[in-house]
Amino acid sequence: MIRLGVPSKGRLMQDCFDWFGARGVVMKRSGSDREYSGVVEGVEGVVPVLLSAGEIPRELAAGRIHLGVTGSDLVREQLAEDEVAEVAKLGFGQADLVIAVPNVWIDVETVDDLDAAAAAFRKAHGHRLRIATKYHRLVRDFLQAQGVADYQLVDSQGATEGTVKNGTAECVADITSSGETLRANHLRILSDGLIHSSQAVLWASRMAEWSAEDRAAMEQLVQRLGVRSPL
Amino acid sequence: MTPKAAIRAEGERLLAAFVQAGAVSVEADILQPAGTLLDLYGEDIRARAYVTDDPVRGEMMLRPDFTVPVVQAHMAHGAEPARYAYLGEVFRKQMRGSGRASEYLQVGYEVFDRAAPEVVDAEVFALFRDLLAGLDLRPVTGDIGILMAAVRGLETSERRKAALLRHVWRPHRFKALLDRFAGRAPVPAGRLQLLERLKAGSPAQLIAEAGTFVGLRSAEEIAARAEALVADAETPPIKATEAALLYDLLSLEAPAAHALAHLRGITPMLPAIAPAVDRFAARLEALAARGIDVATLAFEASHGRTALEYYDGFVFSFLAEGMPPVASGGRYDALTAVLGAGAFIPAVGGVIRPGLVARLKGAEA
Repeated sequence: MIRLGVPSKGRLMQDCFDWFGARGVVMKRSGSDREYSGVVEGVEGVVPVLLSAGEIPRELAAGRIHLGVTGSDLVREQLAEDEVAEVAKLGFGQADLVIAVPNVWIDVETVDDLDAAAAAFRKAHGHRLRIATKYHRLVRDFLQAQGVADYQLVDSQGATEGTVKNGTAECVADITSSGETLRANHLRILSDGLIHSSQAVLWASRMAEWSAEDRAAMEQLVQRLGVRSPL
Repeated sequence: MTPKAAIRAEGERLLAAFVQAGAVSVEADILQPAGTLLDLYGEDIRARAYVTDDPVRGEMMLRPDFTVPVVQAHMAHGAEPARYAYLGEVFRKQMRGSGRASEYLQVGYEVFDRAAPEVVDAEVFALFRDLLAGLDLRPVTGDIGILMAAVRGLETSERRKAALLRHVWRPHRFKALLDRFAGRAPVPAGRLQLLERLKAGSPAQLIAEAGTFVGLRSAEEIAARAEALVADAETPPIKATEAALLYDLLSLEAPAAHALAHLRGITPMLPAIAPAVDRFAARLEALAARGIDVATLAFEASHGRTALEYYDGFVFSFLAEGMPPVASGGRYDALTAVLGAGAFIPAVGGVIRPGLVARLKGAEA
């Protein structure tokens, strides 16, 4: 049986069910409203596994699920390139991981400015310029590729936009869809500060065991979904 | 796989040779405070070093190299001059599937000596050559001091020189800055808009108009950089002839003696490099005195300019096909000043990977 990990609640679950439903693969939660189990109709050999969206990358990497739907931001942050393969972009759950600085930093418009500001900041304050984020790997890879120095990542698992006002960071790297929360917290996105454009993606695990039956079921599924198997 | 015992035996042999050459054998803790290493290398090191957490001591790193603890120990209570040797594991994260070891032995030799730096450079290089003889390695040398001298001698603003020097070890960023300062790359659109805005009002006024002030970076700091940006936009580009010499220098690769002749040739046009070229010449003389053929020794002006390094003078590697550098080292005078809290001593050293030496010698299980 192909185990297909899907978000277990909220908007993400509904969008996910709708996407599969529109392609003739009907997913439903079974049992009571509170029970985390489901069924798939319209294709053989696939069982849904309802999971918290945040846990789906880990389950894909462990090979405990064959397929999974979760944000590309989480997968790129947590997994190595060869652990999963992209099956299809689902076109919902769009959000951007961006670098944003205080709007009063009238001298900082680009990543290049941020780098120069970081050098001066470190000289003046004796510590590296702090960037609050929960996406440590994506942010560090981005800044390393751009050759930015004299910064420091500080962990922020929530309310990241507030860290600047609270004095625990100088700027942030956070996920946003409209930028409204950033603006409300007096922050502005750098003109070239887009680190990752995220959306919900159907991933296939390269770490899971794919039996001949699983592969046959996968062929059926991708045909039904109108996509190609990356396996 | 080379057996661990064979690797350790090779390490012990090399350590004994370093001690024979006059070094004192020293130890260093495996758990190093992360703060020092992060301040030195920046966040980039997190991608390479193992970070762990201690409830009392805070963030710690599994020793990614010995240089920092050895320099710290020397700066704290070392007598001068000093020669140190060490042998132990270092830990580096590797890319999945790279096949590279994430834990391996390093044996090293470090010299802290104020006398004739070029002679000491040659001493270290010749010692490594002797210990690695017969392994058919390809030695490559470089000199980051020449590049830094060239930057310091540019006819441009101090701010631009400082920006270039800060990124000497990040070749990609360095090139981007040089292209911009030399007028070879267009000013990015974002920067042009920014300059337009900055010219539209005083910094204080623009800051006031930008809304609620948040963050630790003060209005004075913001205004100072805004003014510097406007001033920089009026700084003329680095002259084409001068820029051409610097690009030429960045890509210079030739046998050492030939490279020296080339550098002598361009010195009249870039007089600031003269002292660094004199040091290069003195080093080649010292190397020749130790029996090294400088007519064939490879020299690359950009050698050693990689992230997570701190060399600021002579650099060298001993290379074999299909493996990481078997040995590498160089001069790191500036590092001693950074870690020495005001104190400073010229320093040069290098490391050998006994595991690779043992593998080249064919020690198989």
